[in-house]
Amino acid sequence: MADTAVGSQVAGADVPGREVVTPSPSPASGHGHTSTGISNEKLGMWVFLGSECLLFGALISTYLLYKSRVVEGAGPAPVDLYDIPFTSVSSFVLLMSSLTMVLALSAFNRGDHQRGRTWLVTTALLGAVFISGQVYEFTSFVREGMGFTTNVASSAFFTLTGFHGVHVSLGIIMLMSLFVMSLRGRLPQERAETVEIVGLYWHFVDVVWILIFTVVYLVP
Amino acid sequence: MTEATAHGAVQQDQVEGGHAEPAHSHPGDGRYVQIALILAVLTAIEVGTYYVELSTAALLAVLMPLMVVKFAMVARWFMHLKFDSKMFSRVFVGGLALAMFVYVILLSTFGFFAA
Amino acid sequence: MAITEAPQPLGPQPLALPAGDGAGPDGPDHQPLGVFTRPRQPTGLRSWLTSVDHKRIGIMYGMAAMFFLVIGGVEGLLIRSQLAQPNGKVLGADLYNQVFTMHGVTMIFLVVIPLGAAFMNYLMPLQVGARDVAFPRLNAFSFWCFLFGGLFLNSSWFLGGGADGGWFAYAPNTNPVFSPSHGMDFYAIGLQITGIASLVGAINLIVTVLNMRAPGMSLMKMPVFTWMALVTQFLLLFAIPVITVALFLLSFDRLFDANFFNVEAGADPLLWEHLFWIFGHPEVYILILPAFGIVSEVIPVFSRKPLFGYPFMVFSGIAIGFMGWGVWAHHMFASGVGPISVAAFSVSTMFIAVPTGVKILNWLATMYGGKLKFTVAMLFAVGTVSMFTIGGLSGVTHAVAPSDLQQTDTYYIVAHFHYVIFGGALLGFFSGVYFWWPKAFGYRLEEGIGKVNFWMMLVGFNITFGPMHILGLMGQPRRTYTYAEGYGFNFWNLVATIGAFLIAASVCVFFWNVVVSRKAHRRAGVAEQADPWDARSLEWMVPSPTPAHNFDESPTVTHLDEFWHRKYGEDERGRPVRIAATAEVVQKGDATDVHLPSPSYWPIVAALGLPIVGYGLIFNLALAGLGGVLVVAGIFGWGLEPSVDADAVHGADGGHGPGPGGPDGAGGDDAPAEAAALDAAPTEAAATEVVTGG
Repeated sequence: MADTAVGSQVAGADVPGREVVTPSPSPASGHGHTSTGISNEKLGMWVFLGSECLLFGALISTYLLYKSRVVEGAGPAPVDLYDIPFTSVSSFVLLMSSLTMVLALSAFNRGDHQRGRTWLVTTALLGAVFISGQVYEFTSFVREGMGFTTNVASSAFFTLTGFHGVHVSLGIIMLMSLFVMSLRGRLPQERAETVEIVGLYWHFVDVVWILIFTVVYLVP
Repeated sequence: MTEATAHGAVQQDQVEGGHAEPAHSHPGDGRYVQIALILAVLTAIEVGTYYVELSTAALLAVLMPLMVVKFAMVARWFMHLKFDSKMFSRVFVGGLALAMFVYVILLSTFGFFAA
Repeated sequence: MAITEAPQPLGPQPLALPAGDGAGPDGPDHQPLGVFTRPRQPTGLRSWLTSVDHKRIGIMYGMAAMFFLVIGGVEGLLIRSQLAQPNGKVLGADLYNQVFTMHGVTMIFLVVIPLGAAFMNYLMPLQVGARDVAFPRLNAFSFWCFLFGGLFLNSSWFLGGGADGGWFAYAPNTNPVFSPSHGMDFYAIGLQITGIASLVGAINLIVTVLNMRAPGMSLMKMPVFTWMALVTQFLLLFAIPVITVALFLLSFDRLFDANFFNVEAGADPLLWEHLFWIFGHPEVYILILPAFGIVSEVIPVFSRKPLFGYPFMVFSGIAIGFMGWGVWAHHMFASGVGPISVAAFSVSTMFIAVPTGVKILNWLATMYGGKLKFTVAMLFAVGTVSMFTIGGLSGVTHAVAPSDLQQTDTYYIVAHFHYVIFGGALLGFFSGVYFWWPKAFGYRLEEGIGKVNFWMMLVGFNITFGPMHILGLMGQPRRTYTYAEGYGFNFWNLVATIGAFLIAASVCVFFWNVVVSRKAHRRAGVAEQADPWDARSLEWMVPSPTPAHNFDESPTVTHLDEFWHRKYGEDERGRPVRIAATAEVVQKGDATDVHLPSPSYWPIVAALGLPIVGYGLIFNLALAGLGGVLVVAGIFGWGLEPSVDADAVHGADGGHGPGPGGPDGAGGDDAPAEAAALDAAPTEAAATEVVTGG
């Protein structure tokens, strides 16, 4: 189909003034009717992820700036309360969810919907475990005297990790939507790219956590 | 299990006139598991630094490269950048590079990197 | 050719509205869900509310921007009335703060940016030879977010007072202690909503330009306007997230008692300034680059010469885009960043004048030796170049940090940015309005009245802002509600105020021109020709007004200025020689087998939830929850709705089309079906096949 488009365009170019009836480049899932041969939706997601780098960069910078600026007596700072072993486990869980995500995509690409759905649910579940870990961690911080409004570092910490958590949660919703769509037969092999695009978002959210875990938790 | 590199020649670069992407040159599931295992090991090393007495400089020297390597591995394999059109890498790395540039300067003006 | 595959439709699709055109089983008048059917009528208010057509969206951006121009203009007149004389009594100090803040916010975010969006939305698909943008419903969502954000922001006037912390909103001045009214909350939330519009629009237009160019149109054959628009979209893409974070931090401080700008808790006010200006400087290039693009289209047409140095124009635009990220702290020379930062940013700021200088020289070189025709569009374009040059020169004086220490916070700065934004961007947009009006609406604006419009605006503008250079150097501070006798400010302030009213009159002349020209067109009843200016780029190759489907057939591009090269060849001396009559080259616009993306309710529904969330955050959290539900419902409805209406009747605006659904692609199409469908005569089966995927 795509080759026809290329062929007809070459023919037309030799004859001045005669229009070639070539379809307007139209966005299509993964099959090149586009000027670059890549799909619109996938390019759109990557472009969006590029902008997200600026978003998380600002949040991380704000935290870095404020993490040691807690005024005397203004409550515990995040660095005082971290439970590294605990957070390591959640980080590991999120990391593994990227694996299950990619296995889900692989299954859908093969047309194996059963496996695909299983891996999707697993990914969502691992994400939910991560979020639960975050919730537990946050509530224990609050119990230990560090809330959102306690001091500059706590505000920055909760904002950064909160934004990340919201991103993960939206990802879980998208994964479950894909699961339901697959159950209803609305995710055929030609539309496997939708899974890939949600996967890109999911991996990005994981990658941001790789940054946060090191820069926020591990580096003193 | 398909080796990703075998398909290197079929890289989809930007070609005007838009022909279809080649059939996806995917790593197989086994490869993905290998990558995940490597990531797990790297994470274990990172966590390990918590239990070892290290100067800040040494800590950074270990943690920063590990972070970068993990980031790159997820991006290149799981997010498929290694096998996909370079256009994706360009827009994403563009954003990433811009963010690093701008925020490093920002933090510098606050004296963040002053020893 | 019938589509031979007959795939199974996937059963009932919840939230996908049935077609409202009665194509269902009970005949033309059957409306199963009454007013909630998927819109189908091409005319009427509902068709505009649900349109996903980039041209209509562009026109709506333009109309909304003009509406806000009047509001911002009235705010400007109030400022000038207050400052006409010393010890002015028109506005008290607090009200003055609100007026000058809202004037700035309105003009920048609700006038210049959407005017740019108007042109970029209308022209980019046409100039690259596409039928629409990559994500048509997302495009509609962008517009409604912008409009609702702008209305939300301005509703602050009725709900406790306008924002009063300056358009730059320096914290901690904008914290509740010093800005206790809700004005700054409306500011922060309103700009978040309009920010969504810009970010999502940027993704859309970037994908459109990269992915949907006509066959043969390489990047270096694109018109300069599209290039400048592309750079602008990348600037928006990367700058909006930064101000998003800044506004969140401010909102968290104001609404939830966070400590980001609480100096007693150890916060640093400079954090706000940096985050704001990391956005704010690329923002000014966002304001000017589309206008530069317009000038690069207009000047060659009315000099009957190709643009001088196309590659330089493209690369200088890209250079401005890159370098714009390295200069932001020149807005902070007096804020205590320290000598190293000041020196570094001073040098980088001087460098950025170079690519702009390249552009100015290239425009002049284009005109040199050309057969100049001073239509109103051309007058405005030349006005843009000259006024921007003046503003740019004062900008260079700001780059020199020591002299900036005298200029900063004075009217000298006010003069500078009005010369570049009003004299540069706004005059450029007026040029574009006069130039492309016949293409969009099928008739020209009157040249005679237009010339009055131009000269009144140019003279009024210079009378208003010229003297501000003097006032600034004499020491009149900005952002101050009055001045006392005896400073020597009286005379030039009065002059500036008179100029401001002249500007207002010129804007009235513009609106008068629209009314008069439209009336004359209706009386005459004749549509304008496709190519009234003998222009150069693809949008002129279709009838005026542009047909809904843009191109009958996608043009194959072999040249820069493709349209020009189909009309003209060159003789041995390089002079243009007609090779085809315009009428032969221009498309007829009568294709009936074109499939277009279907209109949809969901974008406006989803967008409507956002201001409700905003009101909820300020007044009642339960309301915020309600707004959130509306947004989520809107997005789900959108995702589940096929981008193409399965029941659509085929016609010139038939329902089959290139546009997929929202960003997660849930409403996407199938490629093989697409190619077959667009090649072949349409059938209902084709439409159903597209729906198969989702």
